[in-house]
Amino acid sequence: MRGVGSLSALSGDCQRGFSPAPACAPPPPRVSPPGLGQTMASSEEDGAGGGSLEEKEKGRKRRLGALATAWLIGYNIAMTAGWLVLAIAMARFYMQKGTYKGLYKTIQKTLKFFQTFAVSRIFMVWFITHSIKQIQNEESVILYLVVWTVTEITRYSFYTFNLLNHLPYFIKWARYNFFIILYPVGVAGELLTIYAALPYVKKTGIFSLRLPNKYNVSFDYYYFLIIVMASYIPLFPQLYFHMLWQRRKVLHGEVTVEKDD
Amino acid sequence: MGSRVTFFEVEILDWKTKQQLCFLDKVEPHATISDIRLMFHKSYPQWYPARQSIRLDPKGKSLRDEEILQHLPVGTTATLYFKDLGPQIGWTMVFLTEYAGPLFIYFLFYFRMPFVYGLDDKLTSSPHPVVNLACICHSFHYIKRLIETIFVHRFSHGTMPLRSIIKNCFYYWGFAAWLAYYINHPLYTPPSYGQKQINIAVIMFLICEAGNFSIHVALSDLRRDGSKIRKIPYPTKNPFTWLFFFVSCPNYTYEVGAWISFTIMTQCVPVGLFTFLCFIQMTVWAKDKHYTYVREFKDYPSLRMPIIPFLL
Repeated sequence: MRGVGSLSALSGDCQRGFSPAPACAPPPPRVSPPGLGQTMASSEEDGAGGGSLEEKEKGRKRRLGALATAWLIGYNIAMTAGWLVLAIAMARFYMQKGTYKGLYKTIQKTLKFFQTFAVSRIFMVWFITHSIKQIQNEESVILYLVVWTVTEITRYSFYTFNLLNHLPYFIKWARYNFFIILYPVGVAGELLTIYAALPYVKKTGIFSLRLPNKYNVSFDYYYFLIIVMASYIPLFPQLYFHMLWQRRKVLHGEVTVEKDD
Repeated sequence: MGSRVTFFEVEILDWKTKQQLCFLDKVEPHATISDIRLMFHKSYPQWYPARQSIRLDPKGKSLRDEEILQHLPVGTTATLYFKDLGPQIGWTMVFLTEYAGPLFIYFLFYFRMPFVYGLDDKLTSSPHPVVNLACICHSFHYIKRLIETIFVHRFSHGTMPLRSIIKNCFYYWGFAAWLAYYINHPLYTPPSYGQKQINIAVIMFLICEAGNFSIHVALSDLRRDGSKIRKIPYPTKNPFTWLFFFVSCPNYTYEVGAWISFTIMTQCVPVGLFTFLCFIQMTVWAKDKHYTYVREFKDYPSLRMPIIPFLL
């Protein structure tokens, strides 16, 4: 279906420029089973011998591993569900209209909205929280994790009930009202986490490439993170107002004239 | 033959509000859209013809200047729609701005202005000859483009929206600054294969620049009589134009080739990235041009591909 081709190209466009591969569904991240230890640090500790302190450390690491694994599995199921919804929307459109013209226009807002979230979450999980272990116990991490959890449960149960054509009003209400608080709180959690990671990034130079090198290029992850934080400023209000607009439309049946691109 | 001429009435409505902006009566049936634009401009001096989009449907395609009123699918009272395209800028100005920027920005880095690499390295020069060579090649490329813009190119459309030029300038100037930064950096590393790599790159660069220039001249000659009609370009006596046997847009082929050679010469990732993006952009333009040719000319040479012989 031609629509699918353009989707993957455009999902690349919609990302904020730092995700390496545009993907319709993010490839399931490789997660080693808990117990083998996922962190680089723990593999170095393997030969250290079993003192009780070390065992406690390993245990804590294993629990964190289990949490991350559970989160990632849940995340992947959720993303599958979300993409299923989009696929059905596209199929329905095609069956009703007999053409793919106008398909993208119909689903684009949902897609862009949906994909932007996906990218920022991959970034937060892998390139911040996973890679910079010292911040894993920060309160800000718990903050955004809780927000994501509530948001996603609401969102995907909404999609599920919608597909079954049996949507209880309270789910709809929750989907279009929770975000008013959750979204700013989630953003605060993410920003605080990135901010907490900054000193460690500067000290270790992680994900950075310095001159001189034979490729004649450099990359400073520290300044990159600062740019990422700054990019929340234009992006957050846009997404927030889009959600407010959607809320008005759905809950209060406001009719708005669609602006022509 | 009757001597009575049926005059047309033309009403021009705003494409969005459908409000009547202008009513022209006693319009000659053989008047062109260009004439109508001029008449509309008289009533609305701020909307010069270049920024008027006149169409038959509110959301339709803009009518060309050459279209004749009586040949349009309208009655003797024609309803046309107007959309303001925003401030426009002529193509010549566009190109001059887009090309002069990178030329001068590169010099800021080559001569190591104090604000670029810090005061310790200010106004020093690189010990590597390839850095001087790169500056010569980069400058040659953009000076050649400026000369072509003034003396060679003949543009079909008059203008471009002002908003686009700001976006384009950010892109071209920004990239020029980024790649110039690394090439002229005090910690620059010359190519891994040394002089051999540089020599091959220079030769390839010169061939591609000569090729690109030859194609521009050949295309310009197609419009020597000042016409705006599209014609099929053919290979000439100049061997560089023989690429026309295989591709529709050899100018883009040579352009990409020039940037590839510059990448090899400098062995710099930002240059490579810029080359890659140029390649994508030019492939899109080449495919567009190629399919326009194919649609317009029944006898269009079938061996030709848009940008890469036999492949793309």
